[in-house]
Amino acid sequence: MPKLTIDGREVEVAAGLTVLQACESIGIEIPRFCYHERLSIAGNCRMCLVTMAGSPKPVASCAMPAADNMVIQTNTPEVHKMRRSVMEFLLINHPLDCPICDQGGECDLQDQAMAYGFDRGRFIENKRAVKDKYLGPLIKTIMTRCIHCTRCIRFATEIAGVPELGATGRGEGTEIGTYIEKALTSELSGNLIDVCPVGALTSKPYAFCARPWELRKTETIDVMDAVGSNIRVDARGNEVLRVLPRLNEEINEEWISDKTRFACDGLRRQRLDQPYIRVDGKLKPATWPEALSAIAGRLKGVPGARIGAIAGDLADCESMLLVKELMTRLGSSNLDCRQDGAALPAEPRAAYLFNTTIAGIEAADACLLIGTNPRIEAPLINARLRKRFRNGEFAVGLIGQAADLTYPFEHLGEDPRLIEEIASGRHPFAATLKAAQRPMLVLGMAALTRADGSAILDAARRIAETTGMIRPGDGWNGFNVLHTAAARTGGLDLGFVPGEGGLDTAGMLAAAETGALDVVYLLGADELDTSRLERAFVIYQGHHGDAGAHAADVILPGAAYTEKDATYVNTEGRVQQAQLACHPPGEARADWKIVRVLADKLGHPLGLDTLADVRARLAAANPLFASLDCIEPAAWAPFGTAGGIDAAPLGAAVENFYLTNPICRASVTMAECVDVLGDRQGRKTGTHG
Amino acid sequence: MSAATPAPADGTFCFTPENEGTARAIIAKYPPRRQASAVLPLLDLAQRQNGGWLSQAALDYVAQYLQMPPIRVYEVATFYTMFNLKPVGRHHVQVCTNLPCWLRGSDAIVATCRKHLGIGPGETTADGEFTVSEVECAGACVNAPMVQIGDDYYEDLTADSMASILETLKAGGTPKPGSQSGRHSCEPAGGVTSLTSTPAVQRFLEKKAEGNR
Repeated sequence: MPKLTIDGREVEVAAGLTVLQACESIGIEIPRFCYHERLSIAGNCRMCLVTMAGSPKPVASCAMPAADNMVIQTNTPEVHKMRRSVMEFLLINHPLDCPICDQGGECDLQDQAMAYGFDRGRFIENKRAVKDKYLGPLIKTIMTRCIHCTRCIRFATEIAGVPELGATGRGEGTEIGTYIEKALTSELSGNLIDVCPVGALTSKPYAFCARPWELRKTETIDVMDAVGSNIRVDARGNEVLRVLPRLNEEINEEWISDKTRFACDGLRRQRLDQPYIRVDGKLKPATWPEALSAIAGRLKGVPGARIGAIAGDLADCESMLLVKELMTRLGSSNLDCRQDGAALPAEPRAAYLFNTTIAGIEAADACLLIGTNPRIEAPLINARLRKRFRNGEFAVGLIGQAADLTYPFEHLGEDPRLIEEIASGRHPFAATLKAAQRPMLVLGMAALTRADGSAILDAARRIAETTGMIRPGDGWNGFNVLHTAAARTGGLDLGFVPGEGGLDTAGMLAAAETGALDVVYLLGADELDTSRLERAFVIYQGHHGDAGAHAADVILPGAAYTEKDATYVNTEGRVQQAQLACHPPGEARADWKIVRVLADKLGHPLGLDTLADVRARLAAANPLFASLDCIEPAAWAPFGTAGGIDAAPLGAAVENFYLTNPICRASVTMAECVDVLGDRQGRKTGTHG
Repeated sequence: MSAATPAPADGTFCFTPENEGTARAIIAKYPPRRQASAVLPLLDLAQRQNGGWLSQAALDYVAQYLQMPPIRVYEVATFYTMFNLKPVGRHHVQVCTNLPCWLRGSDAIVATCRKHLGIGPGETTADGEFTVSEVECAGACVNAPMVQIGDDYYEDLTADSMASILETLKAGGTPKPGSQSGRHSCEPAGGVTSLTSTPAVQRFLEKKAEGNR
């Protein structure tokens, strides 16, 4: 524990900290551009210079390890002068285009020039100009603004794991770019915009849209995948203009995936802004009373067993709870929140959670991935796995489709019977897992949505049990299910699964086809074969005109995740609340209100008037909902059903990273990504031959 | 000129069996899994094989050969001016125009190139024989002005001696490298002024040889 003196104050800091970190620990702000907490140290901007007794020259505090007996000065006229000079050098080639720069108002260079800079420049030569680079459909570059901090290079190389950016040339000819023009092949590329301290890398879709001070900022939760990234939604008027990450060390650190960040333009397109009723085969706009009456009329006299409800990937817990209660009152036990048919039980909870937790990945030392490509199913979990890999000594095995995961892994094969082999200890990877101190496995939806999903679940459970992944004693649980849908964990927590004698998704689809099911209530369910619902009366409640709405007989326009106060549970089992950032368009309403009114209309009032009532009911249904933002370790119990595993190779859970839900399917930005980058699984779309 | 402008797309590149052996020997000098350290010598090897310049294919080949991301190789290749990222002529005439050479008349050397080859710095003759480029200090200031052609330095140049070097090369000959003024290496231009007597050791040896006779 080095002890040093900073500005006359004696401080003791943890070993391995730098002088800059030591200064921060006592609340002294050191200006910096190239230094970033999560990236390696470059030490090339020189903005963090401080003086150190005994050193003839100033030292870059970001790169100087704190050591005993150092005497550091950060607030002397000499230091101020150095900062002014460094600032003057940085501004030599930086254009004075702040008034037209998208970074304006939230620019490190602007702020620090204001705080530490010199009030004029003495450089009278021409400034250099650099050609802008093409980095894909998401990132706009104005390279003349670049100050060569190399944060973007380090982010791409270290965090995103795509070493495609570099600094070419030298001296005044240095340029940041890919050299060979190409779009960055990362699903985390949007974070480059955040790490860039100047306006060199900005958001292409958001270009010239707004100034940061015009925006209304709402801290909320993302639903594009099951990670539950913490985000900030910036809106102006009733329009979401951009999505930014919010710091949460437990989940997304300070990154978000490109889908989370850039799919927000989908919130403005293809919206269901009024109820519709199908008349003579065509959807006609209607009023709320008409739509509700149409449903009430159709449901009259229909026995409960002939009604079913399926919850989609973006459904919030409040509306799922209410739909479940309504269905119970209607006498139906045909409920399912697993529209993909995943063989996950609602009990025990450990069977469907990412038990290790996302931050817990960093403690693991061996990992078996089964039927999952975390890079496209949950980019931030993949980033954690990569972070763990970079810390060294991390054995990763994969059963399933091989892909570039940004870290090396042993590809065991695509044959799901390998899971059984590992469970029985016959496969050499079983020994790797057993030898590990904290082994973990990640079971993906590609393995669970098969007909033999339950047998795979059973085999995976046995792997966990036989290789020492389950150790309640020291709080380690290495069994993880990686969901692809934000609504899934919440649905399972609420028991939104078939009740006694009820039908599951496959059962409901089959029954609807044969005419055994009269009414199907789709709560935002779009990712199923709606052509099989043709004979049934389909009620679609959701926010986008996607597959579900096209198949509907009555459309009840709901709210998207940015337009309601709603509860979601992420794949770790963390209960989080999304906040209303702007109001649903037109006649659309918050989903729980729609179900409540519909229940009244059907003569089964739910006795709920406010959101607080619903939340209380939620907590009553499952006490977990009472505690937000925390992890409740799930108790281990047997699950899965023993059975034969089919030899058919494991497929992919996510067909196209950019098109997983109705919001991103409506997004122009996501469509451009598909055009340029394909599906992020190495395939281009059909139009690319 | 922008160093970061990629060369046009071109064919494929692959080490000859002989260079393959050299490459292996170079890589063997570095510790295991540190093969990326060999990037400079391998780029040089590739440049020599590829007629004096590094094509995109050659860069990618070296990256793959050393198992490093291509951008890391591009960074190195664009950093060093000794790597040519565009085709050069058979004789790459690199004229130093830094201060010492300029004071000693490098303008005349550039003018001679222009006169005898018809090209200025950064250009290549139509027959692909000569490329002239201006380079920064090559470390032979004491013999300024100088040019580097291929691996050889030609020093103490005048317009005439430069012209004769170029004409010799044109004729397919090999001009004598080194100082063109007749002095040995970088000894004083006006003749040796110190250490003019025979060194003591030599005197001793001569004496000894006499005695033996």
